[in-house]
Amino acid sequence: MAAITHTSDHSHDDHHGPLHHQFESIEQQNESYIVGMWTFLVTEVMFFGALFLTYTLYRAMYQHDFFVAHEHLSIPMGAFNTIVLLISSFTMVLAVHFAQLKRARAVIANLWLTIALAGVFLVVKYFEYTSKFADNLYPGPSFTANKAVFEHNGHVPEIDLNHAQIFYGLYFGMTGLHAVHIIVGILVLAALARMWMKGNRLVTEDFVPTELVGLYWHFVDLVWIFLFPLMYLMPKPH
Amino acid sequence: MWSNFPLAPPSASNFAPEYDFIFYTLLALTILFTLIVGIAVTVFTIRYRRGTKVDRSRPIYEDLRLELTWTIIPLILGLIMFFFGARLFIHMKTPPPDAQEIFVIGKQWMWHAQHANGVRENNTLHVPVGRPVKLTMISQDVIHAFYIPAFRVQYHVVPGRYTQMWFTATKAGVYHLFCGMYCGTQHSEMGGKVVAMDPKDWANWIANGGNTVPPMTMEQAGHRLYNRLSCNNCHGAESNLRAPSLYGIYNSKRSFANGGAAIADDTYIRESILRPHNRLTQGYGPTMPAYEGQLSEEDVLNLIAYIRNIGGMANPATPSPTNMQNVPVQSARTNGQNPLSYGAMQFDNPSSDPTPTNRTTNPSVGAIAAEDRGDR
Amino acid sequence: MSATALHPSELPEQPSEPKNYLNVAHTIKSWLLTGDHKRIAILYLFSTGFFFFLGGLAAAVIRYELTSPAGVVLESETYNRVFSAHGIIMVFLFLVVVIPATLGNFLIPLMVGARDLAFPRLNLLSWYLYMAGGTIVLAGMIWGGIDTGWTFYTPYSSMYSNTNVSLVIVGIFLGGFSSITTGINFIVTVHKMRAPGMTWFRLPLFVWSMYATSVVIILGTPVIAITLLLVVFERTFKLPIFSPELGGDPVLFQHLFWFYSHPAVYIMILPAFGVQSELIANFARKRIFGYHFVAFSSIAIAGLGFLVWGHHMFISSQSMYQGVVFSLISFLVAVPSAVKVFNWTATLYKGNIRLQSPMLYALSFIGLFTVGGLTGLFLGSMGTDVHLTNTYFIVAHFHYVMVGGTVTAFLGGLHYWWPKMTGRIYNDGWAKINALIVFMGFNLTFFPQFIAGFLGMPRRYHYYYLMPEVQAYHIMSSAGASFLALGLILPVFYLGASLKNGAKASANPWGAHGLEWETTSPPPTFNFVETPVVTDEVYDFDPVSEYEQERATQEMVHPGTPGLLTKDGELKTGDRE
Repeated sequence: MAAITHTSDHSHDDHHGPLHHQFESIEQQNESYIVGMWTFLVTEVMFFGALFLTYTLYRAMYQHDFFVAHEHLSIPMGAFNTIVLLISSFTMVLAVHFAQLKRARAVIANLWLTIALAGVFLVVKYFEYTSKFADNLYPGPSFTANKAVFEHNGHVPEIDLNHAQIFYGLYFGMTGLHAVHIIVGILVLAALARMWMKGNRLVTEDFVPTELVGLYWHFVDLVWIFLFPLMYLMPKPH
Repeated sequence: MWSNFPLAPPSASNFAPEYDFIFYTLLALTILFTLIVGIAVTVFTIRYRRGTKVDRSRPIYEDLRLELTWTIIPLILGLIMFFFGARLFIHMKTPPPDAQEIFVIGKQWMWHAQHANGVRENNTLHVPVGRPVKLTMISQDVIHAFYIPAFRVQYHVVPGRYTQMWFTATKAGVYHLFCGMYCGTQHSEMGGKVVAMDPKDWANWIANGGNTVPPMTMEQAGHRLYNRLSCNNCHGAESNLRAPSLYGIYNSKRSFANGGAAIADDTYIRESILRPHNRLTQGYGPTMPAYEGQLSEEDVLNLIAYIRNIGGMANPATPSPTNMQNVPVQSARTNGQNPLSYGAMQFDNPSSDPTPTNRTTNPSVGAIAAEDRGDR
Repeated sequence: MSATALHPSELPEQPSEPKNYLNVAHTIKSWLLTGDHKRIAILYLFSTGFFFFLGGLAAAVIRYELTSPAGVVLESETYNRVFSAHGIIMVFLFLVVVIPATLGNFLIPLMVGARDLAFPRLNLLSWYLYMAGGTIVLAGMIWGGIDTGWTFYTPYSSMYSNTNVSLVIVGIFLGGFSSITTGINFIVTVHKMRAPGMTWFRLPLFVWSMYATSVVIILGTPVIAITLLLVVFERTFKLPIFSPELGGDPVLFQHLFWFYSHPAVYIMILPAFGVQSELIANFARKRIFGYHFVAFSSIAIAGLGFLVWGHHMFISSQSMYQGVVFSLISFLVAVPSAVKVFNWTATLYKGNIRLQSPMLYALSFIGLFTVGGLTGLFLGSMGTDVHLTNTYFIVAHFHYVMVGGTVTAFLGGLHYWWPKMTGRIYNDGWAKINALIVFMGFNLTFFPQFIAGFLGMPRRYHYYYLMPEVQAYHIMSSAGASFLALGLILPVFYLGASLKNGAKASANPWGAHGLEWETTSPPPTFNFVETPVVTDEVYDFDPVSEYEQERATQEMVHPGTPGLLTKDGELKTGDRE
């Protein structure tokens, strides 16, 4: 088979960031990174998916107990957090948009807005968690033995505390895992914003790195979009 | 020498023939396809080895018909085997409605079986041949599995839920019982025996409380039964209005209300237990209930053994302590109560077992009928 | 002899040999911070070899202990830790990793014509995650051990075992991410980094299988990661997920566990299938029969493999209707594997077969995998599975496919690509003897276990004094294991010796076909001097060509000689065309 000489000295090309040695062209590099990020997101779907499956199964088995247990959650706080994350996704989209237009200041502003909104999300989560801890609603040996915690409208409902513990175990597990992803996202967003602020050519010349972070952030938002209705907005079982 | 190399487990259940048929069919298919592939590979490798002067012209690189053939034929064979296997499994999972139920509890690291009438056993399972047996099982801790290779049955024993399996033993014998699911340190020691018995033997075994009581002499067993049946309520140390004393009765001369007389030998005592109104002792009315149909011959023999010596000992015989040590679990199960009376408690509990115990199907009826006919 | 003989260090310097990926730098840092996929592959080769050795030690202890029904030197507590170590190390630290991370890492960029994988730094991170995970697993085993078996069934693992369950699981969790990152890297590389002209249907079948493997990895591994994490949470926080006392479901664990662990066995065997295709094609000097069918069968196995996990749970208390579905699909997934075996066999027809050691491994793979795969049918059939599950029949079945399959294929591939990876030719005489030792030792070890299992000998049993009648089979098995162990250790010596004494290898010592053979042995760091453009079909052999036959033989015997030396000393230069 014949070989064609193909020099790949693109590093001085002005129209994009540095080209890694294994790639032939910036298009190939960008496409590879995007396919890589989507593949990674598929693994994240499977990761969360197993938890969603477990939750769904137990909720189907213990519908009444899960319903009573969930009433301790604050729907207003959850809804507020949902809106916060949705807006943060919007600011992320704006950041990617301005990255395509190479408008650094707008990108930086939107990235910091995204980070700020993520911070708000975490703060609200902190209040939610502490309210659960105050009532001993976290899984473990000190899980509450007091059904009065689930009092609703002056009436303490009948509930199997073991099943309530399963609900809260899954609640903390899934929202906790989600919060970990938010924290990682904040760190990545901050690093990205810093690179924009320093004018690093890796991000300023090519919008793809910003888009990759955006993909991740939208995924994290999407997980919450599923978590919120599943856990907070349960209909009363018959 | 060849006994060191067994090739197949015993086939001792209703499932075994069907199982073995499927297994050996799969074995034949395995051997067949392995041979086909193995011979083809060997032949081609030799024939087309580098340097051989054979025709290599016009080699083929693909052939759709060949591909379809060797896709579809294995697929069809596979589906046939799937069908047989599924059918056997479904059969294994649907116990007949009249199956006799035995409860099994698995725990680290022993098996506990409980028969419907209360008889209990550890690490052993006694079952009758020819009758379907359904095991309802649960674990007290981790997942185990109840595995009887000779019957080709195995099922997980899970904590928190009942699982079931059933079988009909077809051959009397003693077979392996294993725990099949790894459960910790003594997993490999959590086994025992399944004893399949002829129905009569099994009936006797279960009627006598299984192996749950220490081995007793007939006299001890008779004394136990005597107390259980409350014979001493009427038959005291001294004769009274209700009943004559039985002390020293054996081989004594008895006079009857109808004027006859006889020596109180085994036959007389047996008859006095089963149909006391036949020959009433002089001076007594037909007060004593007839135990015909309620006692097995073994019961009667045990009573006779006791009655032979009754009054001859100051205290009724109790099982010696050494007997009890052979069955250490018993004391735990009886919760500290007198082991002698423990069996009594069992028989006091009405059994919800739909299959009647063997005490009602009594061989003694035929013997008495024979007597009446004058057969000797 | 002269009084002024020169000391070797005073000899004039030899002309420096061309730079390749091995000699381009010698520092430790250049190895530990490399981005070169080939160096990372060598790193993996050493680390997987190390773990394989440890797992093999555990196996030796097991087989020694099982020669007597009442054990020999161990207590049950220890034995249970030893068999758990064997399973965990072999499954999670060796079988899932070895072919993808050594051969896959080394060859995929070469085979597609790229300079490296898509994400070299991610590749290095993969290796570090593997080392971290493996070290943690090892620590857990050395300081206390773990006795749950590699299957971690609850509630034993989550509530009852008092061994290092959590620590070992953390190690496996990290190793899982190593696997996932490798999978992502391979998928992107195969999609995006193929050289010009390298269409999907010109890809070597090894690349097809690695692609299918990677899809399985990224879909399955996250599920086991979170499942094992839940076990840790149940242990540490008493979270009631799998424990029935608190309302949990122990069978749910089994579903989640096997959802990964069944596809995991395809992660272990698909790369082996890929190696197998390469070996058969190149040593029969003939394009694989039914290339498209073989390529698509890998995809079919990857897809169907996700739908059969319940065949590990027929007697677990899952509903029999579920079982019927899983059994049916299990028989379906068996078919593509059979198709591969038939296609390899048909490739041999009218081929031009060389029986060097890689081919001996490839031929033994066909036999051993056929037996292993067919015995899987006994287990996929529900009725027969009831008696055979949890016995030595299962043990024999999976060792036939894992050792008779994956390890055999790995050895074949290691020998085949050894000249490419190291630039050295090894002694094929020793290698052929070794292939025979492995084949015979393996069969003696595991065939008796089929019989023992059918008789009812359960697995994971330390003592078998309850059924001493199987002792003869255990003794045969242990004798075979000694022989097999020899066959697994010997390559270290003759392959290692080739590094010092072996002849230097040319670019294509086997006369094989593939882009990896178009560059030097060992390849330069960036693989190709110039990016190849692919115009030939894959496995484009012309078996009738006499020149081809002779050329390849000569290359093995006199590597580096250009042209073809005929018997009369004449030099013929000819092209394959």
